[in-house]
Amino acid sequence: MTVKDFVQHCGYRILSCADRADKTEITGVYVCDLLSMAMARVKDGELWVTVHTNINIVAVACLTNASCVVIPENIEVEEQTVNKAAEKGVIIVQSPHTSYEICINYHLKKSESGNG
Amino acid sequence: MVKAAVDLHIHSCLSPCASDDMTPNNIVMMSKIKGLDIISVCDHNHTGNLEAVSKAADEAGILLLPGLELETSEEIHLLCYFPSLESIFNMQSVLNNYYLNIENREDIFGPQWIMDASDRPVRKVEHLLTTATKLDLYSCVSLVREIGGVPVPAHVDRSSYSIISNLGSIPGDLRFNTLELSRGVSKEDFLKKYPEYADRFFISSSDAHDLGMILEREWFIELEKLSIMDILEKLRG
Repeated sequence: MTVKDFVQHCGYRILSCADRADKTEITGVYVCDLLSMAMARVKDGELWVTVHTNINIVAVACLTNASCVVIPENIEVEEQTVNKAAEKGVIIVQSPHTSYEICINYHLKKSESGNG
Repeated sequence: MVKAAVDLHIHSCLSPCASDDMTPNNIVMMSKIKGLDIISVCDHNHTGNLEAVSKAADEAGILLLPGLELETSEEIHLLCYFPSLESIFNMQSVLNNYYLNIENREDIFGPQWIMDASDRPVRKVEHLLTTATKLDLYSCVSLVREIGGVPVPAHVDRSSYSIISNLGSIPGDLRFNTLELSRGVSKEDFLKKYPEYADRFFISSSDAHDLGMILEREWFIELEKLSIMDILEKLRG
């Protein structure tokens, strides 16, 4: 499943690097709001869900090669963060759902893809 | 009594996010030009440039309050001020056991240079400094006080890396006398939102990552006399 498949399916909004969304595969999901822990634990290609919108999420996404960063509950993302993400090729996605619901949606979409 | 012009939160080129020209001598000379009386260079999780800054400050006739911006395991930024280089190096030797050891990626975060007193590069710190340590807030505060230092929660008004953003409030049992506000945030504005901290002493520093950001003579602390012990006592309360 690519970032585009997932985002379109859920009706989420891409804030940066939308042109890369159909070329970027999601390999799994990691949810964590401690940046130090995410830095050490997000695996290559994983979708990372965090409430942080600080510019440092871009560095963490680059470091871990996350497929995208999903911000839950329509939390506003600073312009500075979006600009940095665009510059560094990091896809940031904004979702109206909670972190829990984002995970459920990923799981459902993945099961559906697997069966279909 | 003296009114000391201070900037107690400046980053050197050891902090990967700071600009390369934040060398020990450049910081001290810029602070001298700006007319500051006391400065503190507080790098992220490391004291490696303080010896060089201290030499430069001695020569320039500026007081250096040895400091460090420690990131606790809860990702709270805590400024830690010490009475001497000796005491802050004691802190460093304990801190060495609490790093997460994530390798620094210079292409993403920038280099972490330790310089000598002539601004010559000595070595780079290889593990990433702008991340949490394994020290939790309570252990960190006890440790700093045991070594004779004063812990001051950094930029408490901010929505990231601050004690209020990460814990919801400032635990009373930690007895912080002093709180740091971000540059441009007034005590009055902060207290409108958080009146419960009206009894604290507030400082405002630059958190400078480049030379231009270092404060002018714009933030003053009233002291009995111009000394490190006096400012430390003021912060300790």
